Amino acid sequence: MNAPSAAQTAAPLVSLRGIYRSFEKDRREIPVLQDINLDVYSDEIICLVGESGCGKTTTGKIAAGLLSPSRGELRFEGRLASEYRTRSERMALRRSLQIVHQDPFASLNPTHTIGQILSFPLRRHRMVENRAGLRRRVWELLTLVDLTPPGDIVNKYPHQLSGGQRQRVSIARALTVNPRLIVADEAVSMVDVSIRIGLLKMLHELRQRFHLSIVFITHDLALAKYFAWEGRIAVMYLGRIVEIGPTPAVIGHPAHPYTKALLAAVPEADPDITRRKKQMPLRSEDIPSLTAIPAGCSFHPRCPFFQPGVCDHTVPALLPAPQTGQLVACTPLAQSGTLKPYA
Amino acid sequence: MTLNTPQKPVVLSIQDLSISYLAERGRVRAVTKASFDLHQGETVALIGESGCGKSTLVLGLMRQLPKNASIDSGSLLYTRRDGSRLNIRDLSKAGMRRFLWSECSMVFQGALNALNPVIRISGMIYDTAEAHGLGRREAKERALNLFSKVRLDPNRVFNAYPHELSGGMRQRVLLAMSLLLQPQVVIMDEPTTAVDILTQRSIIEVLKRLRDEFHFSIIFISHDLAVAAEIADTIATMYAGEIVEKGPVDEVFYRPRHAYTLGLLEAAPRLSAGAETLESIPGSPPDLIEPPAGCKFHARCRFMTDPCTITAPPLEYTDENHTAACYHRDQVLATRRKVLS
Repeated sequence: MNAPSAAQTAAPLVSLRGIYRSFEKDRREIPVLQDINLDVYSDEIICLVGESGCGKTTTGKIAAGLLSPSRGELRFEGRLASEYRTRSERMALRRSLQIVHQDPFASLNPTHTIGQILSFPLRRHRMVENRAGLRRRVWELLTLVDLTPPGDIVNKYPHQLSGGQRQRVSIARALTVNPRLIVADEAVSMVDVSIRIGLLKMLHELRQRFHLSIVFITHDLALAKYFAWEGRIAVMYLGRIVEIGPTPAVIGHPAHPYTKALLAAVPEADPDITRRKKQMPLRSEDIPSLTAIPAGCSFHPRCPFFQPGVCDHTVPALLPAPQTGQLVACTPLAQSGTLKPYA
Repeated sequence: MTLNTPQKPVVLSIQDLSISYLAERGRVRAVTKASFDLHQGETVALIGESGCGKSTLVLGLMRQLPKNASIDSGSLLYTRRDGSRLNIRDLSKAGMRRFLWSECSMVFQGALNALNPVIRISGMIYDTAEAHGLGRREAKERALNLFSKVRLDPNRVFNAYPHELSGGMRQRVLLAMSLLLQPQVVIMDEPTTAVDILTQRSIIEVLKRLRDEFHFSIIFISHDLAVAAEIADTIATMYAGEIVEKGPVDEVFYRPRHAYTLGLLEAAPRLSAGAETLESIPGSPPDLIEPPAGCKFHARCRFMTDPCTITAPPLEYTDENHTAACYHRDQVLATRRKVLS
């Protein structure tokens, strides 16, 4: 499914099928993800975007194998994750799926040097033969992420590095085990605007060089557009994917009313354009609670194109949008090809 | 959207403000000789990376600096509605307390931490009103009115504890509270940073409406160029404690004259731009304990020449209302023109 952007003929690298995930809070089940279907192909960039609580991080963690779904299946190279049974198989799966967290202050052990931080996974997963090999590999990894000269960095502690440098260490650590997929969860949100682009460019280069797939999670649509221009964007709302497709289509010709509202709401770093931007007023500003998700399309209480009896009745399936072809979950759009304002 | 308003009277004039922190290694020169005028009804956005001094500058302005910081020089001239003038630096402690909220208020970043969790919103309103000699009934009336203006359910919010409100609602409560005593100047420190897209939009819209109705001036601190582009009349770029460029928003975005501003603009992705070529600014900001000679940006600057490393370029007019401290302003402008055409 999900018409992949590049020429992806092979089977997906990672595949999420019918994923549900709920958490328990105060003895109540909170459904965080509902029926997520997502294929990540080799060499591909997929951006998950949406507001807080939409489930993008949970989806990322499931794709990285860090969290198990309540229901549904995760496949890696066509094989169910649960079928990786022997210790060496599980270790191999673990190595293939890596994650880079948002906060490089919290994700690096403050009492270990950068050298130790990178050595640990290399030894644990027997990626190197001996001490000389270990040293060589640590040097090589630091060079890969442009922390040069490595000799200046290797004995430093995380607090001696800037936020951007720390995030480079996090990326180097993910690379220690030669992964196939990196989930980057808001990986550049905490670094300054002026150095963000450098980090993203580096991720791009690493992806091409090592044929990595990247699941990039962000709340920043402009950044998603920039990073995933040649990949795909999936827009999430209250635990479901509401629109997914090639980035230029989703950003240039959004089909789902929620995507349209998000895109209209983002200010632009261009005074003329941002002043002329037409807003799309919603019927309600409140995001429904995950404990009381509206029936049918969960966006219907806010949607300016709400059709009573239709939208509040059935959960819309992801179907190709008329003309532009990305997948979109909107019943009126699927039925008539257009949206009529709610009277 | 108001245009730049040079003809309007100046409310606040910051002149040669320098602030430093005492650290173990020495004095950190966080703000160096910053000067700018804030006009009535004008919104000035201070932009720059973390550590550039923008937060220190406004904390100095409100005399809320931590104990290890001091204002080393400069004056902060404020003009009251009746035309009388004062230097904020000369205010006594009691004078400062009266000054805050009624003349100049602040909306802090992170609405969760700015509201007392064990006091109802009404309690905070009454506390503020009492400290400034405003009656309870009047305070409540004003608060309810302001809450409805920021699109909150007035009675519910008035009696709520902060934890009962969402992040966007809390931010709007702070906005409303900042206007309770009808200040002339409101300082906002990244008011839309930690919120979601649609929440950010509603805060921006509410802010614009309040500004149109009450005509207060805003000093807006942001690292988000897009928000600055939307709400600012004037942009001031700060780098390493100095204001390196200042001008009307369109001037600064379309015709920047400082290499650092250019770098920031080239690093900002735009949704409408299709496939984009963006560039990072190489390197990192200088040490402010021993700042480099000359232009503090020279080590990261692609236009750097010998003079840049020796003498700091003065902040000079390049056009009416537009100032920049850069020896290579023509090259900066030409580079931006090439990108935009």
